[in-house]
Amino acid sequence: MAEAILRVFRGGPEGGKPVDYRVPVAPGMVVLDALHSIQGHQSPDLAVRWNCKAGKCGSCSAEVNGRPRLTCKSRLDALPLDEPITVSPLKAFPLIKDLVTDVSWNYKINKMIPAFQPRAGVEWKMYQRDVDRVQEFRKCIECFLCQDVCHVLRDHAKHESFGGPRFFVRTACLEMHPLDGVSRTKLLKDELGLGLCNITKCCTEVCPEEIHITDNAIIPLKERVVDEFYDPITMLVRKIRGA
Amino acid sequence: MTSSYETHEHDVLIIGAGGAGLRAAIEALAQGARVGLVCKSLLGKAHTVMAEGGIAAAMGNVDKADDWRTHFRDTMRGGKFLNNWRMAQLHAQEAPERVRELEHWGALFDRTEDGQILQRAFGGHTFKRLCHVGDRTGLELIRTLQDRGVQQGIDVYMECTITRLIRDGDRIAGAFGYWREQGRFVVFKARSIVIATGGIGKAWKVTSNSWEYTADGMALAYETGAELLDMEFVQFHPTGMVWPPGVQGILVTEAVRGEGGTLKNNRGERFMEKYDPKRMELSTRDVVARAIYTEVREGRGTEHGGAYLNISHKPADYVKKKLPSMYHQFKELADVDITTGPMEVGPTCHYMMGGIRVDAETGQSTVPGLFAAGEAAAGLHGANRLGGNSLSDLVVFGKRAGTAAAEHSSRVQSGALDAEQLEEAEREMLAPFERTDGEFPYEIHRDLQETMHSLVGIFRNEEDLQKALGELEKFKRRLESVRADGSRMFNPGWHLTRDLRSMVLISEAVTRSALARRESRGAHSRIDYPNLDDTWGKQNNIIVKRGDTMALEQRPVADLPDELKEILAENK
Ligand code: SF4
Ligand code: SF4
Ligand code: FES
Repeated sequence: MAEAILRVFRGGPEGGKPVDYRVPVAPGMVVLDALHSIQGHQSPDLAVRWNCKAGKCGSCSAEVNGRPRLTCKSRLDALPLDEPITVSPLKAFPLIKDLVTDVSWNYKINKMIPAFQPRAGVEWKMYQRDVDRVQEFRKCIECFLCQDVCHVLRDHAKHESFGGPRFFVRTACLEMHPLDGVSRTKLLKDELGLGLCNITKCCTEVCPEEIHITDNAIIPLKERVVDEFYDPITMLVRKIRGA
Repeated sequence: MTSSYETHEHDVLIIGAGGAGLRAAIEALAQGARVGLVCKSLLGKAHTVMAEGGIAAAMGNVDKADDWRTHFRDTMRGGKFLNNWRMAQLHAQEAPERVRELEHWGALFDRTEDGQILQRAFGGHTFKRLCHVGDRTGLELIRTLQDRGVQQGIDVYMECTITRLIRDGDRIAGAFGYWREQGRFVVFKARSIVIATGGIGKAWKVTSNSWEYTADGMALAYETGAELLDMEFVQFHPTGMVWPPGVQGILVTEAVRGEGGTLKNNRGERFMEKYDPKRMELSTRDVVARAIYTEVREGRGTEHGGAYLNISHKPADYVKKKLPSMYHQFKELADVDITTGPMEVGPTCHYMMGGIRVDAETGQSTVPGLFAAGEAAAGLHGANRLGGNSLSDLVVFGKRAGTAAAEHSSRVQSGALDAEQLEEAEREMLAPFERTDGEFPYEIHRDLQETMHSLVGIFRNEEDLQKALGELEKFKRRLESVRADGSRMFNPGWHLTRDLRSMVLISEAVTRSALARRESRGAHSRIDYPNLDDTWGKQNNIIVKRGDTMALEQRPVADLPDELKEILAENK
């Protein structure tokens, strides 16, 4: 039977190192299967998060060969098996143990965003064409891979002043809900630090749900912020001229 | 005396943060209770996200003729009349309101041409009844409830596992658990506890269920003296992935058939014609699962031991729009493009119809102050659950349990937390670290899954079930020497030593009930008793702890009031 070598980070905040494990490879096997095989046969205390093993819950995020990915959707046969496959924890969040990081910061940011609030007296009618674009955002499985890859968090650690792509998606989802009546533009500008995003699109590239984070969520939100705070007149004129 | 443990006090403690737990929490909070919500994983990852096809509610948006009566009748028929009639009635009546409420909290369902919630056909439902969002309805439901709950101010304890309920005399006083991150113990004081921990799929080898599905809540309730109901009814979903091996068991939504998918064997025959010519692929899950199993066993299966499920006769764009996760799942995990070719599918352990016996109106178990909702509770689905009736179950009975739990907590005094029970709970958790020569839990788990799969599967008989009971005794002994390695910090192996105890215990309840029921009904098929039996059709199986033994007894199914009998008699 074919074998793969998984080079898995083992350790905690005080330090750790990659450890190599040999794992037998079955057809169609994914990295998460290999991690389970290590747990089941070699190291029962290997810390890994997972739930669905079907790409639906966003629990199993890690960096596979340096790239942020869902381990349950990373097939071994798509990776070069002649060299070790490295699996390490997400970098943008504090390490707890092995592949598990402390993602609680994301839950705090989420709490800052005002919930859906229907406009007074709305009629509960919505058409598919109006909900299509919001449904795209609602596909988000909160894997936080976009958060992990975004340089504002990953390299500059601006967790205090920046909400990150996941929460721009979430805010967009509320702002563009056809019946919502709350404005979140001030929050986007002042607290979620939308201005810090320089549209590198790295988040979009790693999103397993293929949400067009930058084009469909971030850029329209940036336009809303500009409209409301910086240039209401010019924007109005531009709009009228259709430019 | 609780001073040595980190302690939190709530009026209502909810265990489990899937749809039922979240809905209960939101309601209890709305009633003014101080609510704590404990979950084994991170918030928003519960098994509810795996629900794909939709939520059943007789809104009549697509088929105007639909109403609660028809939904009630479909549910009772699907459950082979073992259902708790009152639950089936309340469920059918209240589901539409619960769906509208989700929409008012921000959920965005697929729409009809005239701007209403779109509904699709599903197995066993007379009308187009399932409100849905493509094939990710569960995600929509959990995200909506999660956001609502968090905004309303529920205290959430994530990655925290309850290992024991604490009683004061005959009532509930609190719960003992541990934080996964550090392995520290924690105690919750509460006057009402709602169990919403889901099912037991992880005891079977081929399953659609996540690691959380280890019967925790049923075991906690049983140990506390609550009765379990109809535990023999385990649903095998007809369509799980069968190839490649790594993905075996992953769910293929019934929506594929709801959208017109056909099932064929290796001779190209649409074999459902033999098993249910009227409803064909949209027959109930028990029937379709047995049909596929039989085709494979008789040599008409696919290369990898399944059936062909095909939706490629529909336009590719339509398939991608209505079944986006299925499209990606097969493309990425199995190299199959479902818009051009068939999927290989076979039965996978999916859902537990049995569970904690509860009062229909309040969700209270037979232990005062202990409530249950969702898959952990039993009664609504009888011998077989219809697709789409699970999400609606969660919100209808989650809300009811939340209301009743809050009300109960305002009426009673808090119980005292007995130091002895807490210390025993701690000892029990630490024991696996003290052993140096026992087995690791993963091996025991693999063997348990093998046993349940081969001896307590889709088709059962006396001999296999007796053998399974013997095997379960051996598992209990092996668990006495199970060992954990490493530290208490985020240690899955250690965690599994606890989960296994629940799984083995509740597997025994399943096996004993399956042995007792000498007939075939719904999801329970006995090769040695292949027919329905009228006497058994009027009896529920009850499992309850008496001293140290697991006692089994039968209770008559409650008789329906006349007006509901009339609904059932109508021939539609
Ligand atoms: S586009 Fe913006 S949010 Fe996305 S990764 Fe780049 S900087 Fe971060
Ligand atoms: S937007 Fe995409 S990458 Fe970001 S958390 Fe959601 S699913 Fe993951
Ligand atoms: S385990 Fe759920 S997305 Fe990977």
